[in-house]
Amino acid sequence: MSAEETTRKGKGTVFVRMEVCKGCSYCIDFCPTHALDFSKEFNQKGYHFPVLNRAEDCTGCDLCGLFCPDFAIFGARWKDLDEKRQKTATPVEP
Amino acid sequence: MSESLDLHLALAETELENPVLPYLRQDRIPHIWCPGCGIGTSVNCFCRALTDSGLDLDKVAIVSGIGCTGRTAGYLNLDSFHTTHGRAIPFATGLKLGNPDLNVVVYSGDGDLFAIGGNHFFHAARRNMDILVICVNNFTYGMTGGQVAPTTPVGPTQTTMPLGNFESPFNLPFIADACGATYVSRWTVYHVRQLAKAMKEALNKKGFRFIEVMSPCPTLYSRRNRLGDGVDQVKYYKENSVIKNGADTKDIGLGYQGEIVVGKFVDRERATWLESMNDHFSKVLGDQFKPYGGKPEGV
Ligand SMILES: Cc1ncc(C[n+]2csc(CCOP(=O)(O)OP(=O)(O)O)c2C)c(N)n1
Ligand code: SF4
Ligand code: SF4
Ligand code: SF4
Ligand SMILES: [Mg+2]
Repeated sequence: MSAEETTRKGKGTVFVRMEVCKGCSYCIDFCPTHALDFSKEFNQKGYHFPVLNRAEDCTGCDLCGLFCPDFAIFGARWKDLDEKRQKTATPVEP
Repeated sequence: MSESLDLHLALAETELENPVLPYLRQDRIPHIWCPGCGIGTSVNCFCRALTDSGLDLDKVAIVSGIGCTGRTAGYLNLDSFHTTHGRAIPFATGLKLGNPDLNVVVYSGDGDLFAIGGNHFFHAARRNMDILVICVNNFTYGMTGGQVAPTTPVGPTQTTMPLGNFESPFNLPFIADACGATYVSRWTVYHVRQLAKAMKEALNKKGFRFIEVMSPCPTLYSRRNRLGDGVDQVKYYKENSVIKNGADTKDIGLGYQGEIVVGKFVDRERATWLESMNDHFSKVLGDQFKPYGGKPEGV
């Protein structure tokens, strides 16, 4: 099991391209389960970006992804991710 | 570093990418829009609408005028046209009539579409040109420094109205309705799901379609009027919007920081300009006339 799977806590997770985030806080304020907070760290441009501090509350609904004006975040359900990965996995040569 | 940050870094290296990225010209991202500007959110919704519409993207063209919103055409990975100020609609009209197979979308600002471009809007709607017009209404001329726009409500200060605006603003859905648009709706960038759905619905409809998207301009409109950041304006949209589908458009003008009526107001059928022309000349000229564009009779 990968490190990522052992840290699965909720139904979904988010993917953040922290370097294109402009710290507007749309995703943080409008996440229906309040799963996100601002990072303590800055990105290269000097903005705080979202981190999933309450991973157990993330449903993977992708509302953060719809709100983001900078295309810097999106959410996905583990269920859908697993399906997608299975489909794209290269079959092992016998 | 926190545990969650480690997780982000791990996930960032996986094969997954943001579902809207293929719709964007990635070499041009990050875009120029300010932190907390709502234009990007509307574009994000538009990308989802394109996916959901099932349209062949090779047959979708996007036309913008000048302004911050006018940058949209340049960021979308479609056939994009960045036209002169106020002339997106006449350009789109030519594009549509030259190639009626295209689904033509005009994406521009309130100043571009209703100040310098107002006349074009009225007549394209009156003629029922088969185009979709998406207007990002931030109540100001963003790109040029926050001058008063024909949409600025009475009250707020603008660079050209330093003591507050006293001119009555346009009620955009009312204009579109009165001029004969086949589809009219208004949403804010708080209503992301509804907006994406409206865009999808409008993309799949015929005739002159209009969507007003209320969107914050934190840099010029909000800051000047001490309304906080972009997110504070979006919270105001959240708290003060009422959904009234089918509302009479004459009753839904916007006041300064007042109630916002959102929803779908008009959804009607009307012959497009091209259909009317073909129909008319077929009647007048009979067999001498070969209908242009769409499917000829009986084929
Ligand atoms: C013919 C002409 N007149 C004036 C301008 C200056 N100008 C550029 S953008 C703009 C207004 C933009 O306002 P809006 O359409 O609301 O776009 P926003 O920046 O708010 O998204 C003006 C007046 C111009 N570029 N061309
Ligand atoms: S995917 Fe949904 S629940 Fe998870 S952080 Fe984003 S908005 Fe919140
Ligand atoms: S909505 Fe996007 S740009 Fe704004 S804070 Fe979240 S990730 Fe950053
Ligand atoms: S000036 Fe206003 S409209 Fe233009 S990008 Fe900045 S916030 Fe957006
Ligand atoms: Mg504007």
